[in-house]
Amino acid sequence: MAALVYTGVVMLMAHPRLYWGQAGNDLTPALIELPISRNYHHGGWDGEARTYNIFNKNGWGRSLHFLAAWILVVPGALYVLAGVAGGHFRRRFWREYGVWQGRTYALVVFVLTPLIILTGLAMSPAVTAAAPVLLSAFGGQQSARTIHFFLFVALVLFVVGHVVMVIRSGFVRQMRGMTFGE
Amino acid sequence: MKKLVTRRQAIVAGLASMGGVALARPKALPPTYGSLLRMADDVTYVAHRALLPQDALVREYSERDITPFPAIGTTNARVDVADWRLSVEGLVARPQTFSLADLKRLPARTQITRHTCEEGWSAIAKWTGVPLSVILDAAGVLPSAQYVKSHSYDDYENSIDLLDAFHPQTILAYAMNGRDLPVPHGAPLRLRVERQLGYKGLKYLTRLIVTSEFDDGGQKGDLANGWAWYTGI
Repeated sequence: MAALVYTGVVMLMAHPRLYWGQAGNDLTPALIELPISRNYHHGGWDGEARTYNIFNKNGWGRSLHFLAAWILVVPGALYVLAGVAGGHFRRRFWREYGVWQGRTYALVVFVLTPLIILTGLAMSPAVTAAAPVLLSAFGGQQSARTIHFFLFVALVLFVVGHVVMVIRSGFVRQMRGMTFGE
Repeated sequence: MKKLVTRRQAIVAGLASMGGVALARPKALPPTYGSLLRMADDVTYVAHRALLPQDALVREYSERDITPFPAIGTTNARVDVADWRLSVEGLVARPQTFSLADLKRLPARTQITRHTCEEGWSAIAKWTGVPLSVILDAAGVLPSAQYVKSHSYDDYENSIDLLDAFHPQTILAYAMNGRDLPVPHGAPLRLRVERQLGYKGLKYLTRLIVTSEFDDGGQKGDLANGWAWYTGI
């Protein structure tokens, strides 16, 4: 997940403008222009042609993003499907955990995480050729990119809050509980 | 209640399935040079080829969806169109060259599609050109062929597999938004590979080489510069 966050920022730095709709670029108005600098330099515009001398380093960022996504999403999806089938989530989120804790976890597992995967796929030309419904569902490729960004912000806030609470409630005991059981 | 799957089993099953995808590789894959990043690219390539319908078309838009379109990369390579030829060579039965007038006499396809740049932006334009499949059929692709490599006169190289090469929306475009292809966008001829990122659509085309060998494209090639070869994403 750290790799996804880090490389997500690397990719965002190549073009820190967010749009709404099917398409958007430097020649069209942005919905939001993020106050972060670009990770490459270009030499200005000659009409609609952009000149530049230093190319961005997005290539490895994108490949590492997908490496991390494969490792996280495939076992993660199996875990969630098994958890749903086995009643694990129903038991934990609705009975064992506190109301707000259970609701937050349910939101993360069943809403935010599936949406961040789907908005990621909605940016793919090959996947949206096969499933154009992804473009319709999110209002276009650039809308999907914008939603993907805000889901990233929400999930990072969740993880930060989660880690702070884990540390405050006894780090070693919680780590054992999460992995091998008591 | 007995758990259906324990967390430990889920972790092991997940890692094992990754290995399974890696083992079920098709005959031809781009080299990884031992890089984890290139291995992930290959996993994506195999997964796309295995899971996505091979002939799915990208969405085509209407005239009113057309947007301004930044030109990047080389934007000022110039060639005398009267002398310019596209040569088709390599593993073909009938190697040949085409002038721009020859290409314009062939069956054309017009499509309004979205260009997805690896930087994160996108733009929509109307492209008119000859489907690459028409050229490949005219030249007669030999059975041992695996890739179609394109070469530009600003000295870039790139290749795609035959599945994308014969895709109906993969065209050699000589017109953009109803006018001759402008110089910044690759005049007189550029490739459009609509199911991959923009950088696969080489501008300023001059040669098409049908080959059975994966070719990195050398110093200016994608892999040498850390860029994925397959970018259906």
